[in-house]
Amino acid sequence: MSPGSDGRSADRRGELNQPREALLAIDDYRLAFDSFDGTAQVLDGVSLRLAAGETLGIVGETGCGKSVLARSLLRLNPAPPARVVSGSIRFEGTDILTLSEREMRRLRGRRIAMVFQDPVSYLNPLLAIGTQMEDALRGQHQAAGEPQPSRAEARARAAALLASVGLAEPARLLDSHPHQLSGGMRQRVLIAMALAGNPALLVADEPTTALDVTVQAQVLALIAGLVRDRWLALLLISHDLGVIAASCARVAVMYAGTIVEEAATATLLREPRHPYAQGLLAAVPDLDRPEHRPRGIAGSIPNLLRPPTGCRFHPRCERATERCRVEKPLLREVGPAHNVACHHA
Amino acid sequence: MIAAYVARRLALAGVMLFGLVCLTFVIANVAPSDPAALAAGPDAGRSQIEQARRDYGLDKPLHEQFLRYVGDLAQGEFGRSVATGRSVGRDLARYFPATLELCLVAMSIGLVVGIPLGMLSALFKDRWLDHVTRIFAVSGIALPPFWFGLLLQLGFATWLGWLPTSGRLGVATEPPEPITGMLLLDSLLRGDAALFWESAGYIILPALVLSLPCLASILRVNRSEMVECLRADYITAARAHGTVPWRLVAVHALKNAMLPTLAIIGLRWGWMMSSTVLVETVFDWPGTGLYAVSSAIAGDFKPVMGVTLIVGLNFMLANLVVDLLYGVLDPRLRDA
Repeated sequence: MSPGSDGRSADRRGELNQPREALLAIDDYRLAFDSFDGTAQVLDGVSLRLAAGETLGIVGETGCGKSVLARSLLRLNPAPPARVVSGSIRFEGTDILTLSEREMRRLRGRRIAMVFQDPVSYLNPLLAIGTQMEDALRGQHQAAGEPQPSRAEARARAAALLASVGLAEPARLLDSHPHQLSGGMRQRVLIAMALAGNPALLVADEPTTALDVTVQAQVLALIAGLVRDRWLALLLISHDLGVIAASCARVAVMYAGTIVEEAATATLLREPRHPYAQGLLAAVPDLDRPEHRPRGIAGSIPNLLRPPTGCRFHPRCERATERCRVEKPLLREVGPAHNVACHHA
Repeated sequence: MIAAYVARRLALAGVMLFGLVCLTFVIANVAPSDPAALAAGPDAGRSQIEQARRDYGLDKPLHEQFLRYVGDLAQGEFGRSVATGRSVGRDLARYFPATLELCLVAMSIGLVVGIPLGMLSALFKDRWLDHVTRIFAVSGIALPPFWFGLLLQLGFATWLGWLPTSGRLGVATEPPEPITGMLLLDSLLRGDAALFWESAGYIILPALVLSLPCLASILRVNRSEMVECLRADYITAARAHGTVPWRLVAVHALKNAMLPTLAIIGLRWGWMMSSTVLVETVFDWPGTGLYAVSSAIAGDFKPVMGVTLIVGLNFMLANLVVDLLYGVLDPRLRDA
């Protein structure tokens, strides 16, 4: 099936022209992981909007489901064990959860691309950088039903991509293997790969966690520059509020598979409303106020095989009441573009 | 960098070769039988035995005997069989190609069937295909080769009459003047199709029996490695970037899965060479296994030493080849 050959594609373009349609719209998305021990409700009704060219950060502790959410956008969670329970992920007007694997392949790299956390394990140790990039480029053409570029053409484009992320001597790099590169270079290579298909949405899953602090800053600056120059929408996943504050206009706070607060980054940093978001901020050391001691949040993240009833945060929350134990709070607007899922905020 | 890697591997092989030669020498000298008495024959008197001892140089100190042994080996001289008086080197030249041919065919079956089946089992993990190959592999390792060999002879030779029971060639066929001594190869080199098909018919059953445990372990190792590699982060990333599924499986994952698989292939090859005895006996295959066993029964230690050396050498070469292939596959090793 080629694009534009049926009425549905035409409709899709029509939807695209409507100004209000977000690039990405996730609605009440629930994902479960089945295992021998039972079913873990990893994502519990996530809803998000992202417009073209917009930057959104998702912050939360390890295990809160933010990486699973990121992978859901490319349908990379292995199923089984992953199982979509309900909801939709609409990208450019199409619910990607209903696409066939073949249709999904047209989006991967071309419309939605991903940068991964650890550039050591996400690059194939046995294949030359060039081979990995050419395979990605040629695969994208094949999935789109276009004639495949020759190895030489793909190689030339790969070299140009490496140069565009600030890597010197791209031709030599194409022949090297991952172990011959530094961590920062490897992450740049992964970013170059993500850009290969000229995507509209870049999903970055903890892109700087495995890097040195100085290299972190360089990689963040590179991503910010690319987002600006290519008008990319960015979904940045991190456990580090500082990283998100540096790169994202908007931020969503995630806890145990739910979004508990969503606001402009500046607003959230100034006046967080959800007790968990307040706890996260209180845990950040403040260099200007050394007398302010960072404070942790009591308790630990819940076991998602048996998640708490009602609000998933209530066992750790100082303000929890009977209502929190019974009724799951939904996101509601508390200020301009500021949503909180808490009965007491 | 690559040259250094190869040089290091070769140096290591040299050390191993020396160890191997020492070991065969020691084994021959700790064997309980007196080779001089054997050589002199069962009815020999004391003086004749002493004469034989001097003739074979067995009265010299051990280190001199060892130097002579090494010197002889360097000239390709394995000594003489005391039972037949024939040169062991010449015997080995006759029997070894038969065993090598058998092992080569068996290993080819193991690779050509084992690796693809391993890949498919990994792709269809815990589905019916995976269960079928698992049962097949477990029985492949568990079946005693002599029993399985007899079963095949009964089925394909006696009942169906499709294939000959045993031997390398029919009694009516004149064996050709050897080039390599491997009939399949020699008949191809001579362009003799009839001979090729005849020898293929003779080799297929013993090769099948010999290949089964090897095939089974290649399949299982390749499967479990593929399962691991298909789950690896770099596969997720390559998929996210748009790499086509068949290249993900057949190149990106398989190349990584081949590293441990290679190790088992090398081990299995060495092991196969040293375990042809049962198969050669059942199928009356005139190879080194049969030669070693009949010599050992006769108490004839030079042929046994010769075969031990050949088998050990083969094990060593297999290790060397595997190490070099590791270097070809894994750039990290080349640079290390």
